[in-house]
Amino acid sequence: MIQERTIPTLPSVNSITRDEGLLLYEDMVLGRTFEDKCAEMYYRGKMFGFVHLYNGQEAVSTGVIGAMRPGNDYVCSTYRDHVHALSVGVPAREVMAELFGKATGCSKGRGGSMHLFSAKHHLLGGYAFIGEGIPVALGAAFQSKYRREVMGDETANQVTAAFFGDGTTNNGQFFECLNMAALWKLPIIFVVENNKWAIGMAHERATSQPEIFKKASVFDMPGVEVDGMDVLAVRTVAQAAIARARAGEGPTLIECLTYRFRGHSLADPDELRSKAEKEAWLARDPVKKLATYLLDKQLVEAGELKAIDRRIQEVVDDAIKFAQESPEPDPSELYRFVFAEDE
Amino acid sequence: MAETLLFNALRAAIDEEMARDPSVFVLGEDVGHYGGSYKVTRELYKKYGDLRVLDTPIAENSFTGMAVGAAMTGLRPIIEGMNMGFLLLAFNQIANNAGMLRYTSGGNYKIPMVIRGPGGVGRQLGAEHSQRLEAYFQGVPGLKLVACSTPYNAKGLLKSAIRDDNPVLFFEHVLLYNLKEDLPEEEYLLPLDKAELVRKGGDVTILTYSRMRHHCITAVKTLVQQGYDPEVIDLISLKPLDFETIGESIRKTHRVIVVEECMKSGGIGAELTASINDRLFDELDAPVLRLASQDIPTPYNGTLENLTIVQPQQIVEAVQKMISLGV
Ligand SMILES: Cc1ncc(C[n+]2csc(CCOP(=O)(O)OP(=O)(O)O)c2C)c(N)n1
Ligand SMILES: [Mg+2]
Repeated sequence: MIQERTIPTLPSVNSITRDEGLLLYEDMVLGRTFEDKCAEMYYRGKMFGFVHLYNGQEAVSTGVIGAMRPGNDYVCSTYRDHVHALSVGVPAREVMAELFGKATGCSKGRGGSMHLFSAKHHLLGGYAFIGEGIPVALGAAFQSKYRREVMGDETANQVTAAFFGDGTTNNGQFFECLNMAALWKLPIIFVVENNKWAIGMAHERATSQPEIFKKASVFDMPGVEVDGMDVLAVRTVAQAAIARARAGEGPTLIECLTYRFRGHSLADPDELRSKAEKEAWLARDPVKKLATYLLDKQLVEAGELKAIDRRIQEVVDDAIKFAQESPEPDPSELYRFVFAEDE
Repeated sequence: MAETLLFNALRAAIDEEMARDPSVFVLGEDVGHYGGSYKVTRELYKKYGDLRVLDTPIAENSFTGMAVGAAMTGLRPIIEGMNMGFLLLAFNQIANNAGMLRYTSGGNYKIPMVIRGPGGVGRQLGAEHSQRLEAYFQGVPGLKLVACSTPYNAKGLLKSAIRDDNPVLFFEHVLLYNLKEDLPEEEYLLPLDKAELVRKGGDVTILTYSRMRHHCITAVKTLVQQGYDPEVIDLISLKPLDFETIGESIRKTHRVIVVEECMKSGGIGAELTASINDRLFDELDAPVLRLASQDIPTPYNGTLENLTIVQPQQIVEAVQKMISLGV
């Protein structure tokens, strides 16, 4: 295990109300419970292909997306996209049905785990090739600026968030898009989920400067590092970046130091990461951390959190039932959606 | 519009569509202040501003992906590939996201965008600047491939491509930008999926596109003097192929020669030949003949370059052979 980076602490985190706390908790528990169920279903042969789970990283999705305007701001993800989709509000039923390949899935059974889309929720999609979602997110951000400045639409002040991993920051599209975003002051935030690994490639073995947030500076862009296991810290940093972007002051790069609690995908034997490393990070479980905070601050009572846990379990069980009972796509519609004329 | 050069016909198409629809914008390398490497967007930035005629950094894959994102969220981008060959760097975004995303997303998003620019073998530009990308892209689902060949069709087709809700790869040819033609004063659009009957004839069908159309016309002049009567069809749409027009012609002539600038292996002609065999085999009196470029990187030397691509004389000989030998 190599030397861990010092976990950054913020001078202060933005306070949350009791209701906000409950919403954040619920979203994180939904992410965690949903993913655990996916693992179970995958091993029971109900879903196929590459399935990348998000366990451990929940504070990032909830912290950032929870600070955005649902259905109005844009979110762009990767192949590790289930929880981003849930955080933007795609119903668990539709996400699960997609994983089961059903016609009721958010991508009509055409996409699968790595390709979740929902135009209604402004989810630009899950992208299975490294880095290719970043330019797409940039385009959505460009569109907001264009609508406002060229088409005179004052309401077009959406912010776009692009999520991607540490390994992806070694790809050209990352650098090219940082350049263009800063050059044109686009309303976008780049959210790096640095979970220390790109499949089996340790971050330090892949990059000359492991502190990713520092790469923003050469583009004259603010770059911040944040404890990606602390939803309130992530939320605080995201709120500032979103406000900046919305005010037309340009992009921000946020590096969230986080960890995935499972292998790269459900097909990964996960042999390279040391036990000590895994245990150290498991001890920093972001869901437990938030629960402890809410209880310590006496914002909520333990029973309320338990009630949320139970309700979310029902939501996920219902999603499974829905997915199982949903119809397969109609074979006569094999060609549907190749072209725009197919609605 | 009186006599118009092809690059100005393209410019007029873009200008008219930008005036008509504020969501249409152009992006690419040197499209703005410089006016485009072949002057297709000359001075448009003065009329529409820097955001609508967006000069991008040299980052093909990323600005193509950016156009995909803009198209998904309701704009209608037109990408200029400074040279179509450079879009090899954008293969990722063109194939995965422009081409496949609508399907993969189960119809969540449309990607109305045009990717246009100069390609083909020019005059001694060397291998990298002489590429024909249409063959590389024809395997990508979801893309429409269109090749223009005259000022008239360039304008009408580009306008339709801009209005189409699908990603359209629009191929221009470096050696055709200075073709001249009288264009109608009034607005017109041409269908993207229709081949163009260039010359009506009875004894052989010549299928071609882009610059090779003009080589075919040159060859046909000679052939007609010798008593032959070829039919020449400009495919225009390289994907999907217009099998209505192609089929009608073959049912009449029963003989086919394909003339293209792509390399022979895996070219448009290869696909066309296979499809003709699939659909119209019983109509054929002879195997389909393919005239295509040699399977080599285009050499710089002028003589070698000429040997690489099809010349009019080869078309003449191919027709003579096919008809007089009765094959
Ligand atoms: C262009 C491309 N190359 C390789 C891969 C295979 N691949 C999938 S995920 C991955 C590692 C990515 O790591 P990171 O960006 O850190 O994201 P994480 O999986 O840790 O969330 C690789 C190499 C791919 N999907 N796309
Ligand atoms: Mg990683």
